[in-house]
Amino acid sequence: MSLMGILRGLWAALLSMFELLRGLWTTFRSMFETPVTYQYPEVKRPVRERFKGRHVLKRYDNGLERCIGCALCAAACPADAIFVEAAENTDEERYSPGERYASTYQINLMRCIFCGYCEDACPTEAIVLEHQYELSFTSRRDAIYTKELLIVPVPEGGKPTPQNVPVGMFNRAIPEMKDPA
Amino acid sequence: MSEELVRLKIDDIDVRVPKGTKVVDAAKQAGIDIPVFCHHPKIESVGMCRMCLVEIGTPKRDRSTGEKLLDEGGQPQIEFWPKLETSCTTPVSEGMVVKVSSEKAIEGRKQILEFLLTSHPLDCPICDKGGECSLQDLVMEHGSGESRFLLEDKKHQDKHVQLGDLIVLDRERCIQCARCIRFQKEVAGDPVLAFAERGRNIEIVTFSDPGFNSYFSGNTTDICPVGALTTVDFRFGARSWEMDATASICTHCPVGCNLMLNTRREARANGRQVIKRVMPRQNEQVNEIWICDKGRFAHHFATSEERLTKPLVRIDGKLIETSWKKALEHAAEGLKAAGEGVVGLASGRVSNEDLFNFHTLLKSVGGRAILSDSQAGGELVQQVGVGKGTDLGALGAGDAILVIASDLHEEAPIWWQRVMGAAKRGATLVVANARKTRLDDYAGHVVRYRYQEAARTGLGLLQAITGAKDLSKFASDEPLKSAAKALTEAENLVIFCGVEGLTYAESKSLSDVCAAILVETKNVGRAQNGLIAVWPKNNTQGAWDMGLRPAEGDLEKAFADAKAVYIMAVDPVGDDPSLAESLEGDRFLVVQELFMTPTAELADVVLPAQSFVEREGTFTSGERRVQRFYPAVKALGETKADWRIITSLAASLGIELEDSSAAAVFLQIAEETEAYAEINYQSLAEFEEQWPPVGEEDLYYGGTTFKNRQGLGVQVAPAAEQDQSLKIQWSAPPEFKGKKGYLLVPVVELYNRGATVMPSENLHPRLASPVLWMSLKDAKSIGVIQGAQVELLLDGRTEELQAIAEEGIPEGVVLLGRGLGVPIAEPQYVEVRLKA
Repeated sequence: MSLMGILRGLWAALLSMFELLRGLWTTFRSMFETPVTYQYPEVKRPVRERFKGRHVLKRYDNGLERCIGCALCAAACPADAIFVEAAENTDEERYSPGERYASTYQINLMRCIFCGYCEDACPTEAIVLEHQYELSFTSRRDAIYTKELLIVPVPEGGKPTPQNVPVGMFNRAIPEMKDPA
Repeated sequence: MSEELVRLKIDDIDVRVPKGTKVVDAAKQAGIDIPVFCHHPKIESVGMCRMCLVEIGTPKRDRSTGEKLLDEGGQPQIEFWPKLETSCTTPVSEGMVVKVSSEKAIEGRKQILEFLLTSHPLDCPICDKGGECSLQDLVMEHGSGESRFLLEDKKHQDKHVQLGDLIVLDRERCIQCARCIRFQKEVAGDPVLAFAERGRNIEIVTFSDPGFNSYFSGNTTDICPVGALTTVDFRFGARSWEMDATASICTHCPVGCNLMLNTRREARANGRQVIKRVMPRQNEQVNEIWICDKGRFAHHFATSEERLTKPLVRIDGKLIETSWKKALEHAAEGLKAAGEGVVGLASGRVSNEDLFNFHTLLKSVGGRAILSDSQAGGELVQQVGVGKGTDLGALGAGDAILVIASDLHEEAPIWWQRVMGAAKRGATLVVANARKTRLDDYAGHVVRYRYQEAARTGLGLLQAITGAKDLSKFASDEPLKSAAKALTEAENLVIFCGVEGLTYAESKSLSDVCAAILVETKNVGRAQNGLIAVWPKNNTQGAWDMGLRPAEGDLEKAFADAKAVYIMAVDPVGDDPSLAESLEGDRFLVVQELFMTPTAELADVVLPAQSFVEREGTFTSGERRVQRFYPAVKALGETKADWRIITSLAASLGIELEDSSAAAVFLQIAEETEAYAEINYQSLAEFEEQWPPVGEEDLYYGGTTFKNRQGLGVQVAPAAEQDQSLKIQWSAPPEFKGKKGYLLVPVVELYNRGATVMPSENLHPRLASPVLWMSLKDAKSIGVIQGAQVELLLDGRTEELQAIAEEGIPEGVVLLGRGLGVPIAEPQYVEVRLKA
């Protein structure tokens, strides 16, 4: 073994020692940093305001459902995940302020790609992708969310649907929105 | 037909159309779209909506000479009219120049659309018409993107107006095109709609009682350019783009209207495919673009939950559900034991394939196949039926139509509508019946006879036509002679022969006479000429063609002589309870049905069949057009197609029948039936372009009727087309037997209470009531006040009914609708008395 060979070996050993110390230094330094991990599920990280999680069906303040069963969400859905069946409201049994309401509303969350097109298509802002993201199912059937699971609870002061309302109180096919533009 | 052609230029395209054509239709024929709302090619134009505005110019002429002025290039100078013109009301003229896509015309249409939208609500998301709406389409194509109108200023009107029991009107959506009003007046012959009020308050009203009283009301929803008119059956049922469409044929009457079944899977039905709506499918020679309300709304029987779903076998006196294998084995044993004593009874409700297999099976075992529909004349239709290419819509001036012993309006509404149309176009209409029917209003000659004298009247006509001496005892009176003259002079003659008030023997005699009239006047073997039997069922003609024959009025004896009876698609006990006796006892009874009928309740084996929406097959219409229908929904339970059940049953008996497909059965039919020789499933599915265009991109033009891409069917030529030397032997009608009491005549009501109507609940408010109709004089002599309860004594039973007296009913006769809960097989003498 030549002298040069020995020197080269020593140099390499020195270098690797330096790398080792640098790594140890990083580890040492991080001991004093605030941690980025959350103790999920005990602690949950808040999502962004525009995060697209599981859908909910909204209600008006008086408890009537916003959804009018137009099925435009189903038409807009690129994954064919939404299924709507509509029926007609009567004043004795009123679900929505319009003429029509969704008697069946199903979203297959296994198909859903959370694109939010349904939200865009909705003429009454009834369907909203909210912040619920904990979606796991043990069967295919469980992945189909029905109207009962999707609709929000009746707000305080409101009445549950169907409501018995005075004749002529709601006479529009589609409820008038505050800002139609 | 030689027509004078006019040459004009539309958007630089040279167009040649017959004189009198409207500019908008000329443009459509040249493939140029002019948007319209109020114009419809089947209805007279009125120019109400102003959507079809175009620039129109005509050649300038020298005032003194009348010569066309030419420009420097030698072309005629064109003078454009100062204002935009409605192209739907302007007829074409020689040398006319039309600008459809000029800036001025486009701007004009844009402004009309803006004007229409000032009051139209933004209901599109929930509107039933959304997706197939003319206004929606045209606004997308021609409208402005923004509205200058304030939303608060929109006119609000009633949203849910129950115009009739079947149609709902949204007054706000209406754009006042008056298509519905004009359709009802011109096409349907029921002018029950009109405008009320003026200006922005204008609204559609109905002034009939009950509201919108018409058998054709559903068609207005097809031609409504917006979602103002909707049906109760489909209201909010589905969006138009969500449904599949399957071609079918209506099974309610012998017209054979072409249908399209719109289906989709529903959670409400546990994920089953359900029929959401029935739409007309264009076939200009059959139903044009219309269907009657029975065809549109009475489809629920086909998918009813009440249907039989499993085979049943009688064990210890009870019908128990079992497997197909066991049921078929049991049925085969029973039939085998009967040997040649098997009698088969089938109705014309099922397809040609079913009836062919049924007939073949019974022939193989040496039994007899009986057709349940008690009307004669099927073999005459085979000989002198309407010629190939017959189109009732082409009958007009110079032609004649004879309608005898039939109330077409109740029995076959679309035929009624087309016959009425022919009469309006100038055809001579002769209506012969014992009572007043709605067709009388359009008749040139009305012949009244007494019930039981229909055949005699026919012979009277024949005598007047031929002057034959052997007929002199039927010599006719003056009105009959003038009617006969009209029939003789006509270029083309179509005879509709019904069975109202006739026994089988009388019906046989009458159809012979009708055929003889056609032969004597040489109106056979050509298109637009011949005999049409107004059958009680949709495929009765097909049943005759497949070899089945009626029992000639003695079904009871046929049953009594039989050791085993095989009944398919008919309920003889329900129609005539006295037959129950002859079916009970040791007789082995196999019933193949959709529902648990009174006959099925007596059966030893019940086999569940499929309805026409679950399977394929062919029907032969009264005009002898063979048409194909397709499976639209999945079969209910374990049901099987009738022809397939027969094949399986035959296999258990050791007889080999075709079991691969309905198409293969039809190939056998073609082999064994001369008239059907040239037909197969491929030729039945052929189609060609028809006028007017419907169901395409330009929905605004013809409406939402479906375009026919699934087959126009093939009309079978009658034997007379080959053999002109045909002779028909007329037979004298049975002697008139006067008896004591009133003659009870069963008449047909469109909305009866039969098994194929009752499952459609929307029709319930419109169903006919079991009411005894009588003449005013008889009502007086019995002591009946309008609506009083009377007792009817027939066959030893007593029926309690409401009695109503009406003009136009002959004396000594009482009328009662068929299928209204009081079974009557044939006309018979009864006693009527006021209920104590």
